[in-house]
Amino acid sequence: MIVGKQKPIAEIKEIISPYKKVLVLGCGTCVKTCFAGGEDEVATLSSALRLSCKKEGKDIYIEELTVERQCEDEFIREAAIAISKNSAVLSLACGAGVQAIARRFGDVPVLPGVNTTFIGVLEKQGLFTEECLGCGDCKLAAFGGICPVTRCAKKLQNGPCGGSQNGICEVNPDTECAWQQIITRLGNLGQLDNLKKYNPPKDWRPSHAGGPRKLVREDHFI
Amino acid sequence: MKSESLSNLQSILDKGDFAVTSECGPPRGADPEIIRKKGELLKGYVDAVNVTDNQTAIVRMSSIAACAHLVQLGLEPVMQMVTRDRNRIALQSDILGAYSLGIKNILCLSGDHQTFGSQPDAMNVFDIDSMNLVNMVKNMKTEGKDMSGFDLKSPPKMFIGAAANPFADPFEYRIIRLAKKIDAGADFIQTQCVYNMDRFKEWMRLAREEGLTEKTHILAGVTPLKSERMAKYMASKVAGMDVPESLIKRMGDVPKEKAAEEGIRICVETIAGLREIKGVHGIHIMAIEWEEKVGPIVEAAGLSPRPQAA
Ligand code: SF4
Ligand code: SF4
Repeated sequence: MIVGKQKPIAEIKEIISPYKKVLVLGCGTCVKTCFAGGEDEVATLSSALRLSCKKEGKDIYIEELTVERQCEDEFIREAAIAISKNSAVLSLACGAGVQAIARRFGDVPVLPGVNTTFIGVLEKQGLFTEECLGCGDCKLAAFGGICPVTRCAKKLQNGPCGGSQNGICEVNPDTECAWQQIITRLGNLGQLDNLKKYNPPKDWRPSHAGGPRKLVREDHFI
Repeated sequence: MKSESLSNLQSILDKGDFAVTSECGPPRGADPEIIRKKGELLKGYVDAVNVTDNQTAIVRMSSIAACAHLVQLGLEPVMQMVTRDRNRIALQSDILGAYSLGIKNILCLSGDHQTFGSQPDAMNVFDIDSMNLVNMVKNMKTEGKDMSGFDLKSPPKMFIGAAANPFADPFEYRIIRLAKKIDAGADFIQTQCVYNMDRFKEWMRLAREEGLTEKTHILAGVTPLKSERMAKYMASKVAGMDVPESLIKRMGDVPKEKAAEEGIRICVETIAGLREIKGVHGIHIMAIEWEEKVGPIVEAAGLSPRPQAA
């Protein structure tokens, strides 16, 4: 899923400050799972904004709404009426959701309320970790299912750097060394020979380096 | 000033002589005098001088420029090159440029992560890794081609080095990685500073068993300790460094004003020990900001004068 984190309230107040009527628009998919922009967060943030503006004597009207997915037009349309009644939308979706709203509603300012951070998993309750950079050419089969592009701080393709110690990455003591994990896992799988193979320079064309990407599925055109 | 002759370092190693190299960090500024001064301190005591490439991710005079200053001084540089800051296009272009300036040795590294440096807000590159870099320079040398397969006019023929850390984890894997670097094209290997002799000997034994010491020249790294504090810092704060407790104690047991002397004594003893190990073809003395001690260490180790290059 896409993992994101709600922006600090001070920053949110700053970006909505030019507007008198704001729709706080949540998304019920990824950002709900990571507690950044689901229905509950929309309610909490809206109350906090109302309260804080009231204290400062600022006149603001805040409306709440959450759609199933902000990255799909079918669901976005449900927000049309609420959007038409407000002067701006504060979207708590990921960056894709914010832009999807902006695309459909050409004359409404759409503001981000969340910092979109990564594609990851819920490792355990309250802990999300980054797992994939969407490089467009997945080589997990060679690495025992652990991604060095994403989980090694230097994107190393041919084994660990000299700073890997006791399973910890030199860059951050809170992060495991991806290469230690790859080696352990290849050992468990009986595939240690993979380590001897030279991995040539990665072709980054399928990644974001080749510019914004598109997926075309003609079989699904209507 | 293109020259097809071998590098000094290569000819010494090829002859089977024990090589001595050292290191010099470019200044955080544009004054060439600083690099020349450091070079003068090393002249005559070493066969080649490593020039670091924005080490610890701190902006300094470029490695290429500093190397070129050393060449003018009659010293032979080993240009360090990291994949942190440049993509493959820039790396290749810089290698062509470096060779055109008379730089004949390269040490291929991934580089310290930028979050350690003075500009942690920078983006990194890591388009390719150090293994890929070694292979790229090798293909330029043996095939005469750049990475696109283009036939270069006057391809650079660099003497190619890579780094190895016998003290990092996972230990068993370190030999596989060494073998891979040699296959990729590493003519010589510079190791992390050796303080833990037992572990280093074990690593060398594994390297010999795999026949790797026949395929490459291993230069063992040494760094003289200045103080007990430095020993402790290296032991706990520097990633991939292994300083045994006994050495820290030895540094702490002498009075503060004698600590540097003791550090140098340890270093000279280490060098003597390293020369005994089969497959160690030289030493690499890393004494950053202590370059004046390199000469005395080389002399005390009985490695002076240096052989004249062929
Ligand atoms: S190899 Fe690419 S697609 Fe596969 S997990 Fe890593 S970044 Fe994602
Ligand atoms: S310590 Fe491991 S994960 Fe961290 S940069 Fe080095 S190889 Fe990559």
